[in-house]
Amino acid sequence: MDAFFQYSFLQTALLAGLLASIGCGIMGSYVVVKRIGYMAGGISHSVLAGMGAALFFGFSPMLGALLAALLAALLIGWIKIRWQTQEDTLIGAMWAIGMSIGVLFISRTPGYSTDLMSYLFGNILLVSTTQLWEMAVLNILVTAMVLAFYRQFLAVSFDEEFARLRGVPVNFFYLLFLCLVALTVVLLVQVVGLILVIALLTLPAAIAGHYVHTMGWMMLLASLLGMTFTTFGIWLSYVLDMPTGAIIILVAGGSFILSAIFSQWWQHRVQAAES
Amino acid sequence: MTGNAIEIQDLSFSYGKAPVLDQISLEVPEQEFLGIVGPNAGGKSTLLKIILGLLKPRQGKVRVLGLSPVQARRHLGYVPQYPAFARDFPVTVEQVVLMGRLGQGRIIGGYSRRDREISRRVMAETEILDLAQRRISQLSGGQLQRTLVARALACEPRILLLDEPTANIDMRVENELFDLLKILNQRMTILVVSHDIAFISGYVHRVACLNRTLICHRTENIDGQVIQQLYDGDVRMVAHKH
Repeated sequence: MDAFFQYSFLQTALLAGLLASIGCGIMGSYVVVKRIGYMAGGISHSVLAGMGAALFFGFSPMLGALLAALLAALLIGWIKIRWQTQEDTLIGAMWAIGMSIGVLFISRTPGYSTDLMSYLFGNILLVSTTQLWEMAVLNILVTAMVLAFYRQFLAVSFDEEFARLRGVPVNFFYLLFLCLVALTVVLLVQVVGLILVIALLTLPAAIAGHYVHTMGWMMLLASLLGMTFTTFGIWLSYVLDMPTGAIIILVAGGSFILSAIFSQWWQHRVQAAES
Repeated sequence: MTGNAIEIQDLSFSYGKAPVLDQISLEVPEQEFLGIVGPNAGGKSTLLKIILGLLKPRQGKVRVLGLSPVQARRHLGYVPQYPAFARDFPVTVEQVVLMGRLGQGRIIGGYSRRDREISRRVMAETEILDLAQRRISQLSGGQLQRTLVARALACEPRILLLDEPTANIDMRVENELFDLLKILNQRMTILVVSHDIAFISGYVHRVACLNRTLICHRTENIDGQVIQQLYDGDVRMVAHKH
């Protein structure tokens, strides 16, 4: 553990992990209860197009990621609202097209191909102080939006039809919601890369869902779990000298499996005690 | 003042080519307790969705409380056929009931004190106050149904619409639910969609039989012939007296 106090790059990585966990706990909970992991996957993989373009034209990869993610979110939302029957195919197509565009841009950019690897699998140890500030701003934005429209988001994700009957502009909130998922995805790409984003987005929230009664508690617990996984993962990857993103995901995935088994067993016990 | 809560004239609707509703006319006076029965795919839920303004009619006129369905929405309480949502959603009974308060008051932030008072009142009325903090996955079918009724009542509706409220609950709970509706009927118009004609005819004033076209009956006039017409003679009758 001493290493955390000695090396500033580890401290930055730790902070990045903690910041990412907040967004991941909040939006991840919605993604899990709405069962839209596939949409989040489409958004996160489209991010590569933006990062590739940023690299090629020479602007900030974070900005590129942000623009691509928001564009993908709006497109996916539009697909969902207009062409519900072909949703699956269309999102799959966007997923692949986004990645392909990204790969083409990166291949045409002079430089090292390791850049591609760090976008795909993340490199939390290379996060800069500027990026930390950008992550903090994204977090504040996501949290503020969710706090302001908590009732509407809850109603729309629980029962869309009823929300519509109560005069809630369902399509607007649906698109806003996907945009917030997009912001969170960009936040998490810094930590674990775009391939592993879905795991970090959904696993902590899914574990939290085993134990809590409300969305509020689910978000809080998922954020705390995310913080634990990233912190422990960074430390473990440092000790083992292995890629951080992959270790964080394995820690989260292992915990999810254990929690799923434990909560099943616990439910059986409670049911047996009741009957 | 007792006008008509709902007025429908020559309403037709189709998904694609096959007509689902054909030249339907219906007047529902205020304070009526109307049952809509008919076979599956007979257009019952479609009619309800048109009254709620979720679907637009191809032809004909629909007025709800003298307004267009979309304008009248805020005066309607809707109990959907469940499960219309994931049973394992992490939400408590009270949070679900509070959703009935959406669409009024401020847009940003939490529910007002008045919203909370109203939802506590309707939870007391539907006898689920002691379940307020339960997660909905822990409720029985009857308790969940009461929660959905409470959510609709939290809208403070003038018309209450229920879609197959008895589909997933047993006979005893069904009786309790209809006893509750009977009390609520003293202050609001109620429309119940059901496939169970025998059961609801003991409670409602009138039954509208819907199978693409619509025929209304006073409940005392329902007999085997009516039911056979409706279901194409495909049912075996069990004689019973209420």
